[in-house]
Amino acid sequence: MPSNSLYGPLDPAPDAGYTDAPPRMGFFTDTSVCIGCKACEVACKEWNGVPDDGFNLLGMSYDNTGGLTANSWRHVAFIEQPRASSGAGTDTPGAFAGTPAGPSASAHSAVVAASAGQDTGTDPGVPPAVDALAAAGTVAPPGPQFLGMPGHDLPGRIPDAPRTDFRWLMMSNVCKHCTHAGCLDVCPTGALFRTEFGTVVVQEDICNGCGYCIPACPYGVIDQRQGDGRAWKCTMCYDRIGDGLTPACAKACPTESIQYGELSELRERAATRVAALHEQGVGEARLYGHDENDGVGGDGAFFLLLDEPEVYGLPPDPVVPTKNLPAMWRRAGLAALTMAAAVVVAAAGRRR
Amino acid sequence: MAEAHPVGFQWVVEAKKRGAEIIHVDPRFTRTSALAHTYVPVRAGADIVFLGGVINYILSNELDFREYVLAYTNASMLVSEDFQDTEDLDGLFSGYDPEKNVYDQTTWQYQGQQHTAQDAGDAAEDRETASGLEQESHGPPIPADVPRDPTLRDPRCVYQVLKRHYARYTPEVVEQVCGVPPEKFLKVCEAWTRNSGRERTTALVYSVGWTQHSVGVQYIRTGAIIQLLLGNMGRPGGGVMALRGHASIQGSTDIPTLFNLLPGYLPMPVAGTHDSFRQWVDSIRHPDQKGFWANAESYAVSLLKAYFGDAATAENDWGFDWLPKLTGDHGTYQQVLDMIDGKIKGYFLLGQNPAVGSAHGKAQRLGMANLDWLVVRDLFMIESAEFWKNGPEVATGELVPEECRTEVFVVPAASHVEKEGTFTQTQRMLQWREKAVEPPGDCRSELWFFYHLGRMVKERLASSQDPRDRGLQALTWDYPLYGERHDEPSGEDVLKEINGYDVATGAPVPGFTALKADGSTACGCWIYAGVYKDGVNQAARRKPGAEQDWVAREWGWVWPADRRTLYNRASADPDGRPWSERKKYVWWDPDAGEAGEWTGYDVPDFEKTKPPSYRPPEGATGVAAISGDDAFIMQGDGKGWLYAPSGLIDGPLPTHYESVESPVRNPLYRQQANPTRKLYDRTDNLVNPSPPEEHAEVFPFIFSTSRLTEHHTAGGMSRQLAYLSELQPAMFVEVSPELAALRGLDHLGWATIVTARSAIEARVLVTDRLTPLRIDGRTVHQVWLPYHFGFSGLVTGDAANDLIGITLDPNVLIQESKVGTCDMRPGRRPEGPELLPFLAGYRRRAGLDPGHHTPMLTPPED
Repeated sequence: MPSNSLYGPLDPAPDAGYTDAPPRMGFFTDTSVCIGCKACEVACKEWNGVPDDGFNLLGMSYDNTGGLTANSWRHVAFIEQPRASSGAGTDTPGAFAGTPAGPSASAHSAVVAASAGQDTGTDPGVPPAVDALAAAGTVAPPGPQFLGMPGHDLPGRIPDAPRTDFRWLMMSNVCKHCTHAGCLDVCPTGALFRTEFGTVVVQEDICNGCGYCIPACPYGVIDQRQGDGRAWKCTMCYDRIGDGLTPACAKACPTESIQYGELSELRERAATRVAALHEQGVGEARLYGHDENDGVGGDGAFFLLLDEPEVYGLPPDPVVPTKNLPAMWRRAGLAALTMAAAVVVAAAGRRR
Repeated sequence: MAEAHPVGFQWVVEAKKRGAEIIHVDPRFTRTSALAHTYVPVRAGADIVFLGGVINYILSNELDFREYVLAYTNASMLVSEDFQDTEDLDGLFSGYDPEKNVYDQTTWQYQGQQHTAQDAGDAAEDRETASGLEQESHGPPIPADVPRDPTLRDPRCVYQVLKRHYARYTPEVVEQVCGVPPEKFLKVCEAWTRNSGRERTTALVYSVGWTQHSVGVQYIRTGAIIQLLLGNMGRPGGGVMALRGHASIQGSTDIPTLFNLLPGYLPMPVAGTHDSFRQWVDSIRHPDQKGFWANAESYAVSLLKAYFGDAATAENDWGFDWLPKLTGDHGTYQQVLDMIDGKIKGYFLLGQNPAVGSAHGKAQRLGMANLDWLVVRDLFMIESAEFWKNGPEVATGELVPEECRTEVFVVPAASHVEKEGTFTQTQRMLQWREKAVEPPGDCRSELWFFYHLGRMVKERLASSQDPRDRGLQALTWDYPLYGERHDEPSGEDVLKEINGYDVATGAPVPGFTALKADGSTACGCWIYAGVYKDGVNQAARRKPGAEQDWVAREWGWVWPADRRTLYNRASADPDGRPWSERKKYVWWDPDAGEAGEWTGYDVPDFEKTKPPSYRPPEGATGVAAISGDDAFIMQGDGKGWLYAPSGLIDGPLPTHYESVESPVRNPLYRQQANPTRKLYDRTDNLVNPSPPEEHAEVFPFIFSTSRLTEHHTAGGMSRQLAYLSELQPAMFVEVSPELAALRGLDHLGWATIVTARSAIEARVLVTDRLTPLRIDGRTVHQVWLPYHFGFSGLVTGDAANDLIGITLDPNVLIQESKVGTCDMRPGRRPEGPELLPFLAGYRRRAGLDPGHHTPMLTPPED
């Protein structure tokens, strides 16, 4: 166990000073049953009064809100993915087998879509190139794993993939409500705070729009609204869960892809679900954000994915920037000590 | 299903979690395919070949559930010696009348029953009045003594007729016509048959777009034949599920907004055929026939008592003469054409947006532009209220706002949360909704609108001596008023009237068996009788599923008689025992009651005390004639029909015809398209040429339209809301990478889609979810369009329905709007008046000159 609250497993509400805190609450988003209906996006906006993102056809499959922004606190990603493999890991193996289908257009389309530009009315909103690269990366044939970083080749120049085994992944993304939340740690005004449920919430009447939280989020979730300047993100419906209600997105989800509950119970449920999927032959089912020993101390909102996190535009190994604070302070302290020692030595030398 | 019915799809997801195998067959890879185990891309319009191939697989491998088939279907009945199949006559059944383009159905009958058949004249009238299917749903007049061969070996028995008919629908033909590789097709056949039988059942689920074909009814029939052969009807987990397209579309056929039906599927009387109450009722109940329709007189009298109250007496035939009578085709498309021709003066639109949502948008708009008045009741200013000032015809100059003669009245409507009432969903379940908030401003419920409209019309006509007003004067209209303004009738009062009541005491009837033909009961819709049983609103029951058994009978109320699964007598074997412990549902308990009773998880769809061993006495009719093993109690012979000796205009068996517009020559028969389809052969309703006609290559691609999860039908409820509009903000067309390359279409660029009716533009989505298919040796491309967009609202775009012409299925007059041919070109369409010469050029090249007619019967080729 660390000797401080900046990384590693812990229960954040008691750590934040709550006595008799209720159990930590969270989201488990099971993408294997997501049907991409976007009811979560709409329910979230309705309940929380979030503005629309503008009416832009993005061409990113059926995703026209682009990503998590100050104006979209739930976001459903759609990934059209031809598989170079034998069809393992797809529910619909051989979807287009036997038809005169040629190579995939997904990578090309994704790059075109990303270059088309999108105004979500927020800042930084959705940086386009990352999505283009991520989408293009999903069609990479067997070879070096795509890591979400610019490669040597230009996007769209990845060799054509066959689309015999096609699948369409859908995933409702949301703020992760990290155990160690970078946004909260760097907020100078106290606008961001840890709730008794262990979630992280921005207080809109305190936020002064300094924007420090934005680069501090390892997932790129928190975002500023243009013309307003303040930072906005998912509150896990703090005003609902305090009354014992389910957050709007989970309530609206028709297929129980979004599940809300006590985090410890959700983690058990998720482990059972992964095991069941493995038993059904869905070998690539894996959890994301469930591990307390990861770089953010585990997420309050975690996911069951059917591919690598990068495919969904998620960072493979997120680390809260403040994790390095003790080391930084240690190094800074060491440097100071060294400096002091040098001064002492220098002074002693002069005396000599 | 996931696209258009995401909430219902939760049950598919749940079934999948529990191990069910999901197969999805669709021209394009959708959100449903994404969750399915197997996705099968097919050519739109070739479904009868696909399903006929499944029938052939079942029959040639003898994989039918033989005991079920023998007991509960008409497989063993012998068909007339004179019947000739499409296999014998190159795509026609025997009895075709090339003048009337319908069949004399004499030769289709069971042996010895030919005298009961409809001749071509009857059939032609049935097509005009969409009453063909009433023959089936009401049971045709079939005496009990049809010759049978229980060995199923007689070449004239239905089983053998079926087997011969589908023998050519082999996996190779499925590949040739549908573009499905044989391995994949056989995988579907194996999965379907493996998962059916004693221990297992398979459900066939379709969304109503499936019906929107010139052979739409026969599509459903093909599915029903498979489900009967495999023993999947009347059993838990089986059935043919029609996913209705709106919240209460089932309700609006039960208590219909259709021109050809009265509540509870009583047929609308036809002038000249049903001139007296007796003629009308006897045409429903067929006095010599068995089945529950024999009680139709009770239902009819009770309906008329509900309409006309004390004014309906035995002496005046319960006011039958006051009912309007059909004089021909009054279907929605005929009406639109009549508007264009100036024959119809006024039009009510209630939550409907035909300027965008109905086939042939231009005809819809020009029709509405030629009325005296138009009333639009909707939540927003929709295209059907604004077509006269900013519709596409204004841009082309075909419509001048200052000269448009139609006076449009927009009456704001209350939304579903602003009024109380029931929705009847796809399972026939009525669910009561409370009013959550008062409607804002001048918005009012439909109930309010029609109550006060009726009240004012009645007041105006109160002193009229005109005999035609007598019915209106006699209408019961005494609804108590409630609410803040004391002007709102109660939905619950209406539901009580629909349930039915004893006229003397006002007590609600417990069910339809309590209805009388002597005028002592009134009932607004006999199949809903029981929804207010014991004076309790049964539709408002909401006991959570977790607190009751898996059938969950204490949630809502299902017609008829709260039966959750129709024909559930078939869930037990002929002796009344469950087919298997695993699929136990309804069964005969010999120890219950005095001499045994039907019991089970559901309300048995059978007389409670009629034992399985019951056999009707000689000469019995009506309910008494239903044998103890006649599971399909509404049918005239008590059997599920593999072969329909009557009732269908276009044939006793589904057979493959190409869609009216197809780039493919029918590989199976000389006859290209349905020879009995309902045509409106007019210069303003042109049809793209199809083989063997010349110039089919002008429109080489297949297009299909449907819905996206994010929008609702014509967009009137979704394109006005920012949170939905942002999710799908623009009209687009989905094309495969191959077609994009062929026609130079760029992702997110513009494309123009052209048919003989119109040209529209849309943004291009190049997607792997569409694929070309190899059909009959060549590559065929399909494109897909959503039909949600129009010219009003937060997000706008060209309307896909402008591309579609009007050709209808002959049985129910549904339009063929899910498949057509088109051309695709890159870039935007010509704007304004330039559009007209652009279209004229296409028509010229396609040979659609004035005087052009596509012959109904495909002529022989050289």
